[in-house]
Amino acid sequence: MAQQPGARGLVFNEPLIFEHGRKGRAGCDVPKSEFPEIDPATVAPPSMLRGPLEGLAEVSEPEAVRHFTRLSQWNYGVDSNFYPLGSCTMKYNPKVNEAAARMEGFAGLHPLQDASTTQGALRVMYDLEKMLCEVAGMDAASLQPAAGAQGEFAGLLLIRAYHKEKGNPRKKVIIPDSGHGTNPASAALCDYAAVTLPSGPDGLIDLALLEKEMDGDTAALMLTNPNTLGMFEKNIKKVCEIVHAKGGLVYGDGANLNAVMGKARFGDMGIDVCHMNLHKTFSTPHGGGGPGSGPVLAKKILEPYLPAPRVTLRDGVYGLDFNRPKSIGALNAFWGNFGVYLRAYAYVLTMGGSGLKEASETAVLNANYILAKLRGAYHVPYEGTCMHECVLSDKFQQEHHVSTLDIAKGLIDRGFHPPTIYFPLIVKGAMMIEPTETESMETMDTFIAAMKEIADVAKTDPESLAAAPVTAKVKRLDETQAARQPDLRYRR
Amino acid sequence: MEYPDGLHYTKDHEWALEEEGVVTIGITDYAQSELGDVVFVELPEEGTVIKAGEPFGVVESVKSVSDLYTPVSGEVLEINGDLESEPELVNSSCYDAGWMIKIAVSNKKELGELLSADQYADYIKSLK
Ligand SMILES: Cc1ncc(COP(=O)(O)O)c(C=O)c1O
Repeated sequence: MAQQPGARGLVFNEPLIFEHGRKGRAGCDVPKSEFPEIDPATVAPPSMLRGPLEGLAEVSEPEAVRHFTRLSQWNYGVDSNFYPLGSCTMKYNPKVNEAAARMEGFAGLHPLQDASTTQGALRVMYDLEKMLCEVAGMDAASLQPAAGAQGEFAGLLLIRAYHKEKGNPRKKVIIPDSGHGTNPASAALCDYAAVTLPSGPDGLIDLALLEKEMDGDTAALMLTNPNTLGMFEKNIKKVCEIVHAKGGLVYGDGANLNAVMGKARFGDMGIDVCHMNLHKTFSTPHGGGGPGSGPVLAKKILEPYLPAPRVTLRDGVYGLDFNRPKSIGALNAFWGNFGVYLRAYAYVLTMGGSGLKEASETAVLNANYILAKLRGAYHVPYEGTCMHECVLSDKFQQEHHVSTLDIAKGLIDRGFHPPTIYFPLIVKGAMMIEPTETESMETMDTFIAAMKEIADVAKTDPESLAAAPVTAKVKRLDETQAARQPDLRYRR
Repeated sequence: MEYPDGLHYTKDHEWALEEEGVVTIGITDYAQSELGDVVFVELPEEGTVIKAGEPFGVVESVKSVSDLYTPVSGEVLEINGDLESEPELVNSSCYDAGWMIKIAVSNKKELGELLSADQYADYIKSLK
């Protein structure tokens, strides 16, 4: 068996920065000012005087550097090892994207500069919208939403504006029970009642049930395809027809786009509006690694309502159009998370159309490889081939009183970030594994070996898994106590 | 698993106990064991009028968040304030100290549509 990556390293303890250093210590000498010092009390009103500052860290440069280096060594990211967190598409983020985002001409821009001096930046936004529309089969886009959840919010606001203009905003949004938690939350924020649609026995939308639920009060159906069980909604065209027949619209949660790029397009399936997660599919750092971006993309009928401003191209000149009377308004400070656009833009250009397609093919192949290798050792709740992620459960291990949580903790000891656990909610003890296309067969094989070893240990030595992790810096946490009595604040 | 006689049960795993027009509601032993350690319970305000089958609150455990559905319609007379500081009562005493709300039932007939202890036990077996 290949050696597993987990080991006991030289791991440092590290207090908070405030517990380092001593009063008066500084990292650098500031030269004496050439201007005379003035006592602020002589020039500013008392309400603006802040008094002496207490509690700031006073440390030397090496103390500061070691502090943050040590903290970074506790971290786990795609740059350290495999990160199979299902529904999160933790693919490797190519460093060339970082080079693009750091180019001085972009990094030094101010959003309020005159458009005549920001043509390049506006062109990136304009072209990126076009590229994303092509991938999704949509007509128009706004890059503004700062994450997937805000993209959903924007999309539902578009739907609301559309129905409202027709005279009735309608009352509810139907969401399959396999949906992500952000879906009902977005519906509620847009003042819609979220109605749950139970999945059929095959894990897909039950057409008869949908037909029954769908009525003139329903503003939209919100779904993701492939769904959160990692299965393709093969009746999607029929699903859209049922919703459209009653005047409703279909929202596509694009979180799982990594399975179908260049293969199938939301627009062609009949979906009216969707979002994409640039921070997942288009390989920009996420999960504490950087801000997100969840562009909203729509068919022509919804274009008038898109967030303002829109990027325009007229006679070869790029500009920003604020005059959008039907727009749902602005969703973000300035023009959104521009640094993410640059990374996504670089990603699309370096991959090319055929590269994106190959990425999806490999992502699906990798997930099926893991599913095929772990079938038997773990229970597979919904049989068949999967898309870009597979779902297993702890049913076999439960016989030995080993749970999904124990398996996840056991993976930490073996050097792997655990998969997504207890999601989707409709699978008891779910483990959702999304390898992405960027992992080699060797990496997946060491992960598979670790999973199989854990399945063996669950039979022979279940207690050891109940104690895991033992090699991690922090041992098994008391999650119940942490949730019941959270201790969130630093006290000196 | 324990499902006391004399209580009415729902397929959403709530129980209901009727005493002189007042119905006490909580979640079953099966529900608390499936949820795992309960860390938070959100309950409606007293005086709220709720309809059978509609959500009246939320129960959150370390694993998941679930809606609570009322088995009968009526006005909320009282809520179990202890659950705010001691949500673990739902795990340790789901039929007693872990009760959730008391409702002035508006239509006693609704109780007749709920499951008996035996029927509920059979239903749980069918889920396995
Ligand atoms: C299916 C699905 N929809 C929506 C979201 C929300 O995206 P974000 O976390 O960027 O807000 C996620 C995030 O994990 C997701 O997996």
